[in-house]
Amino acid sequence: MDDLTPLLARIQFAVTIGFHYIYPPLSIGLGVFLVIVEGLYLKTRDPQWRQVARFWTKVFALTFAIGVATGLVMEFEFGTNWAKYSRFVGDVFGSALAAEGIFAFFLESGFLALLLFGWDKVGPKLHYFATIMVCLGAHFSAVWIVIANSWMQTPAGHHIVQGPNGLRAEITDFWALVFNPSSMERLAHVLIGAWLAGAFLVISISAWYLLKRRHEGFARVSLGIGLVFALVASLLQLLTGHISADGVAKNQPAKFAAMEGHYAASAPADLTIVGWVDEKAKAVHGLTIPGGTSFLLHQNFTVPVTGLDAIPSDQHPPVQLTFQAYHAMIGIGMALIAVALLACILWWSGRLERQRWMLWLLVFAVLGPQLANQLGWMAAEVGRQPWIVQGLMRTKDAISPNVSSGQIIFSLCLFTVVYTGLFAAFIYLLNDKIQHGPDPEDAQGPLLKLPQKLTDALSGHRADGEG
Amino acid sequence: MDLNTIWFILVAVLLAGYAILDGFDLGVGILHLFIKGDNERRLALNSIGPVWDGNEVWLVTGGGALFAAFPEVYASAFSGFYTALMLLLVTLIFRAVAIEFRSKRPSPQWRQGWDLAFAAGSFGAALLMGVAFGNVAAGVPMDAEHNITAGLTGMLNPYALLVGATTVVLFAMHGAIYLVLKTEGDLQARIRTWVRPLIIWFVICYGLTTMATLLWHPHLAERMRAEPVWFLVPILTMLSVANVPREIFHGREFRAFLSSSAAIGLLVTLIGVGLYPNLLLATNDPAHSLTIVNAASSQKTLWIMLIIALIGVPLVLAYTAGIYWIFRGKAKIDKTSY
Ligand code: HDD
Ligand code: HEM
Ligand code: HEM
Repeated sequence: MDDLTPLLARIQFAVTIGFHYIYPPLSIGLGVFLVIVEGLYLKTRDPQWRQVARFWTKVFALTFAIGVATGLVMEFEFGTNWAKYSRFVGDVFGSALAAEGIFAFFLESGFLALLLFGWDKVGPKLHYFATIMVCLGAHFSAVWIVIANSWMQTPAGHHIVQGPNGLRAEITDFWALVFNPSSMERLAHVLIGAWLAGAFLVISISAWYLLKRRHEGFARVSLGIGLVFALVASLLQLLTGHISADGVAKNQPAKFAAMEGHYAASAPADLTIVGWVDEKAKAVHGLTIPGGTSFLLHQNFTVPVTGLDAIPSDQHPPVQLTFQAYHAMIGIGMALIAVALLACILWWSGRLERQRWMLWLLVFAVLGPQLANQLGWMAAEVGRQPWIVQGLMRTKDAISPNVSSGQIIFSLCLFTVVYTGLFAAFIYLLNDKIQHGPDPEDAQGPLLKLPQKLTDALSGHRADGEG
Repeated sequence: MDLNTIWFILVAVLLAGYAILDGFDLGVGILHLFIKGDNERRLALNSIGPVWDGNEVWLVTGGGALFAAFPEVYASAFSGFYTALMLLLVTLIFRAVAIEFRSKRPSPQWRQGWDLAFAAGSFGAALLMGVAFGNVAAGVPMDAEHNITAGLTGMLNPYALLVGATTVVLFAMHGAIYLVLKTEGDLQARIRTWVRPLIIWFVICYGLTTMATLLWHPHLAERMRAEPVWFLVPILTMLSVANVPREIFHGREFRAFLSSSAAIGLLVTLIGVGLYPNLLLATNDPAHSLTIVNAASSQKTLWIMLIIALIGVPLVLAYTAGIYWIFRGKAKIDKTSY
């Protein structure tokens, strides 16, 4: 270990988690979408819904595969990069990770097989059940990892004791750990952020079909559901974000002050719409509403808010980065609300398809939730610095002592190359799927296949040969 | 039995479950390039299509369980084997993505490229896991804080490489048996002829590894000498392996597969028996070793985890069995296939 190792380990972790986090939100969001459309198929028995469900299942398979491949890296990276952290928190943090494996990943991967390959193997009801289970599994995995991460933001339910090899955190109250002060509000925010990512992917591809006048019937129904879903989710995201901000102000005042660029030890805090932090002069230049943040927190423009000056300077997070990431996320969130609202209005009044600029806007809006998700994590994680576990352990003390900079540079280069290639292949195949479009066969033929295999299985009859 | 021992056993069970399940799909990958013809390769891929991802979750859960139950081992092993582990992760990424991507485009170059990625990824993963396992079995130098002090070159010692080679051959054999089970006609007849040579190669590797173990790492056999009943484990392993060609000959592929699964489980047991109560031996100073006592989480956490496992594991086993049941029978290619 040398001076550079902590920084390199952080960069490497940020690159790998940032790349992983492109895909889980898509899997989670598309999962909900699949549950909706396949439910409509079962209810109406209209094969058009089956076509919609099958097309988006193929897109889902693609995002899921890369999510799995990149998630595997994350599972081991706590041990590789943050050995001291792992020794310190294993007692607390490990249980959440193990629970994720048992309760979420097995569920997801098991029923995924049925979702992808089971269309003709099992009856429609069982297939729908599998779809719901995959969607639930994806949500559960977010539950456990966000609980684990929230414990690092607002630790609870533990005490610090002398373990066999030094101090460590041990569980005292499992449920206090699970329901730590920030876990539920952050979970809501993360899940809805994922729904937005899924909804806008659906919207984007459907809008593109409408622009190109291809698969129009298919695109219209997908777009309709996507837009409603996006409008609801984007409004909810504002609400959960606001609740999170309240929580951060209460539990992590240093992070909150950095997010808002608020220095004065105890003064009413302004609300900046866009701005630049002058870290030397301890001031923010830009468009601000005086006392606005105080108002959002306390419904009163003059209540003082703790600023960075009230906090020892060795506990300040990087202010500019936290501030900008946070503000960009909110800006994108507001823009998404506007886009979803406008598109819904146009759609309801039957004018959407004539407004080509709006369709183009919808095509590119897919980037919004992705960026906001990345920026949100940046604000949350950078804003927690210099702590890896708020108030308990510093990031620089968390790192593996026997890993050298050279090793990290090697793995960083390796992952950068591999992930760049993966991303290119993903875009290439996604484009291929889009060009290929939904399968017309799926919208025809018998309305529903009889659950032949199911009846066979129940009556003990072997369907296809020696097994 | 104390909680620490229960968790030692549970981690071993997860590891054995992983080796048995992902073992066969890694094996299918190792053999992939020897299978000729696009259709045949697709059949091979689709034989593991619905299950390989679930199989890999055993590794994920094993990692999580290790982190929760023995965080010191999680921290020491993964930071100590840093470079090897990163390479392992890349091999696993390649094979996961190759399975999903390969048949998505008709172009022969595209398919050959991913075929190569799938085969190389599977081979590399099996080899690296075997090497890591060999190092765990043999022990590694560790300082008083349990940081491993050997670099990548220290890890690539002859013993570990031998265990790595044995793992590759074992998985290839296991995968070939699985393929015989899942294929039919010509393809099956061809793969059937691979089983016997692979068994012979495995027996040779196994014999060499056993000799090397007795010669260089006799500590792994100490418990057997003290409690001879454990000799049953290697004997049963050999019987299971010997049973495979018999079952194949009689056309009972499923029993052959169970037999080779049992052999893998027994091999993991063998190492577990040899190591207990150590998890990671310090070769330089036994006082630095990580054991089920000094590497474990608190009793309270072990209890919580046990409850989680008691709720979760039966559920997992139930729907895993369900999935294998639904996708039983010969692999076929249809519209949703890879
Ligand atoms: C909000 C959700 C979320 C977040 C914050 C994370 N993940 Fe993830 N992860 C998922 C949501 C998810 C998912 C939705 O369950 C995945 C991703 C893509 C997928 O399709 O399954 C998945 C896959 C996935 C896998 C592969 C599972 C399998 O083989 O089926 C592992 C091992 C991890 N993740 C581990 C992690 C770790 C250690 C994280 C933190 C550092 C992490 N994930 C962040
Ligand atoms: C619309 C206004 C929004 C507000 C007021 C808001 C507020 C916040 C706050 C305060 C945090 C930090 C929480 C913490 O550190 O504990 C946060 C984090 C985050 N935000 Fe937002 N957000 C908004 C929009 C969005 C949007 C549109 C997305 C994505 C589509 C998003 C995704 C995230 C993510 C992924 C995190 C990190 C996880 C977390 O800490 O909860 N946010 N947000
Ligand atoms: C799960 C989704 C997560 C996302 C999207 C995420 C995102 C990020 C990002 C963007 C960074 C870079 C910050 C920087 O470089 O300063 C970061 C850093 C880090 N995160 Fe997270 N994180 C996640 C979960 C976790 C979890 C569960 C842990 C638990 C150990 C964790 C621990 C860390 C550590 C140790 C760093 C490096 C310290 C730092 O530089 O900030 N993260 N994460």
